[in-house]
Amino acid sequence: MSKQMTLEVTEVEPLTALVTRFRFERPEKAPLPIFSGGAHVVVEMPDGEILRRNAYSLISDPNDASGYEIAVRREDAGRGGSRYMHSEVTPGTKMRISVPTNLFALDPRARKHVLIAGGIGITPFLSHLRQLDLLQQPFELHYAARSRDEAAGLKLLPKSARIHAHISDEGNRMDLGEILTGQPIGTHVYVCGPEGLISAVLDAAARHGWPKGALHFEAFASPPPGKPFTVTLAKSGRKIEVSASQSLLEALEAAEVEIDWSCRGGACGRCETKVAACDGQIEHNDHWLSRDERAEQKKIMPCMSRFTGDALVLDL
Amino acid sequence: MTLQFNNETFRGDYSYFNTERAIKRLPFPFDRDEYMYSVNIEAHPGGAKGSPFEFRFDVDEHYISEMKDRAITLDDDPLRCQSLPHMELAGWDLLEIIMVSKAEDYPDLFTLHRDGNRWHWINRPLGIEQRFTFLDPTTLPCGPMEYITRQTQGDFALLHERDGNLWMDAGMVTSQADWSLDFDIGMNFFEWHAPVPKAKQMGVFDKALKFLLAMQQGQSYRRLNWTMTVNPRLDTSPENYHKWGPEKRTITPENVGRKQHLRIELQSFWRLPRSNAIAFPIRCYLACLEDICTQPKWGRRLHRVLRDIDPTLAEYKGFAVNQETIVNYLSQFDDGAPTSPGILPDA
Amino acid sequence: MPNTSFSPSIESRPTYAGLVPQGSAPSIMIADAEGAEAILDLVDRDAAVLDQAHLIYIPKGAKFGSKLAELGAKGYHEEASLDAAMTLINRLLATAHMGTQLYLAGSEGMMGRISALALSLGLPLDAIQMEHRGSIGRPMQCVHCKGVTQDVTTDPFTCSHCGLTLFVRDHFSRRLGVFQAVCVDAETPGVIPETQEITA
Repeated sequence: MSKQMTLEVTEVEPLTALVTRFRFERPEKAPLPIFSGGAHVVVEMPDGEILRRNAYSLISDPNDASGYEIAVRREDAGRGGSRYMHSEVTPGTKMRISVPTNLFALDPRARKHVLIAGGIGITPFLSHLRQLDLLQQPFELHYAARSRDEAAGLKLLPKSARIHAHISDEGNRMDLGEILTGQPIGTHVYVCGPEGLISAVLDAAARHGWPKGALHFEAFASPPPGKPFTVTLAKSGRKIEVSASQSLLEALEAAEVEIDWSCRGGACGRCETKVAACDGQIEHNDHWLSRDERAEQKKIMPCMSRFTGDALVLDL
Repeated sequence: MTLQFNNETFRGDYSYFNTERAIKRLPFPFDRDEYMYSVNIEAHPGGAKGSPFEFRFDVDEHYISEMKDRAITLDDDPLRCQSLPHMELAGWDLLEIIMVSKAEDYPDLFTLHRDGNRWHWINRPLGIEQRFTFLDPTTLPCGPMEYITRQTQGDFALLHERDGNLWMDAGMVTSQADWSLDFDIGMNFFEWHAPVPKAKQMGVFDKALKFLLAMQQGQSYRRLNWTMTVNPRLDTSPENYHKWGPEKRTITPENVGRKQHLRIELQSFWRLPRSNAIAFPIRCYLACLEDICTQPKWGRRLHRVLRDIDPTLAEYKGFAVNQETIVNYLSQFDDGAPTSPGILPDA
Repeated sequence: MPNTSFSPSIESRPTYAGLVPQGSAPSIMIADAEGAEAILDLVDRDAAVLDQAHLIYIPKGAKFGSKLAELGAKGYHEEASLDAAMTLINRLLATAHMGTQLYLAGSEGMMGRISALALSLGLPLDAIQMEHRGSIGRPMQCVHCKGVTQDVTTDPFTCSHCGLTLFVRDHFSRRLGVFQAVCVDAETPGVIPETQEITA
């Protein structure tokens, strides 16, 4: 749950065919809360009958209170949030934006930071870089993208010998073994990008003996669409319909049921809800519940997960 | 509002006193006639005009003397203020929030001029004027956390968030209830609370940690805690236990009213913007039993709370050895009449 | 005699999970007294741990030196005391790369001190493996004078620096690598409880 601010879109800039940069400022130009590198905001999108909320990493300078910037990649197969941003939002549009929250902060104890980004996963590192510059801490950044055209971040990255672009079309793939070997004691690794990249980095790090305490990751997950389903609220008996392109959390919010939330992407655990009864199959799409918890079907993460079957009763 | 500052001591001759105004505005920590731990959190600031809840960082008549006492404690033992190297940014965040708040809430006492990162701070009660560059520690006489907490009442802990936990990685601790900053710095939430009896099993710490981790910028909170101290002594550290410990055994039925003090902690919680750390101020209010019992409702309530409290807690809160004398003294103020819920004294 | 089992205590009391081999990754192994047996057990489970291992041993009167020397670690260093070993240990830790395994075995005093050093250099806690063997004597820091008295086996005990009589707490600081000791007769000077042996 978060305080919301009504901000005005002041810039909309396509960075690549699929990725667009948006800038938000207060309509009265007053300062915005400053934040820390890696923070995200949640943007509200009133799309017809559905009110969507998507989390986006802040790419702007954490210490610049004049505006917030995000970069959104259009996902045509998604629920429609990114499509909305690309088609409905223009300079002058007013939108409700949450106060920044940080679930992917740098560890300031690190002697060196190794940042690994894939595709749109470059976004949180853009604000991280500003923070590292302010704190003057050693780092190296590896940015993997399929082609130069798709590498939206290239336009936004400063020139530096410590920043390496790995464009696979150009035959320049990222070599994780090389990156993870020979790093000085006290180095921390941060990875953000597609699930495949995150698994690859975590696996490689484990094989090279890296302790978990030195590894950090942020997965950009947004709720997948699916078949419509109905849930029942145990206390009131109310039935809530969840449409195909709506998440369970969004449906509950639309029905004015109060659920605590933060990342909206299945990672932070805040929206964990008890299941009173389940006759069917919960589709767990989160990263929070353990394998046993998923099998038990006594808990669900409404931000990401869906249901097929006869009845799902939530302890609400 | 002209605040008169006391000239008093918290050691030696213990000349500390509370005016009637100070007594009436005490954040009495008991809202009912019994006590057990709870995660009793409320939004902060927010409270009646003149109350210690009205402003973000309460300044009262003890301000100048408390800061003098802090300086003496720090001269004797510099280890009472420490900041692990990675916490400097959190120290700047704390400095900003205190300077901005105090200048806004007490404009006749404090002034802050900011021109980009060039700041100019004036603290009239302590006679301090400082020009410095925000984020540049070489422009201040000491680190930012130490600098500002030498001018702010209460202890401070700065908590670093990582691995789903909070780590006490910096602090200014000169008025604590018997715990050592030098020993506890670097511990996580559960570790530094390890010596508290019963609370872990009650799940109090799990709930509290969950709440704190969910805190965001712009939303701050408070809760009240308490212990008991013999004499109005701020430095009741384990380091000096062999010095203040014997004073605990000097309570008699004749002196308990004036010597035995309730030590109230007004704790608050703040999410800091640049460091994403959490600031945890622990503001201390001392009042002797006699002062508290000038408010009839508090006299009745305190008698009942201390008479019926769980013995393990009486030990942990520091008064088990004098409990009988204390309860006997308080019984004269308890006629058995009902007390109203809530912490405020009756009109 | 396997990893010592300590009775459940407060949250801050360290527990030692025991050593688990991590293959032939570069490693630093440090053992004192009976901790040598934990290293021998570790090697038994997977001899590959020796391939890139620096093994440092402080005998403290125990007789495992020759057995450890025969193992064929990349580097074997027998040291007269932990103090004497610190120069080498500091060097090995400071120049280690991420991925290096740290195996500690033996007394709480040695493990506390070395893990505190490793943490201060930026090694995360989960990179430090520990197994307790041998004496349950503890490193106790006097909260009053900050002096550390090593291998404490009785409660109360006398601070070897300032002479106060102190009681033993389970409260432990990983940053300092020591347990906390507090004056036992602060409130009633001279009134001291009966001395007892510490148990696990």
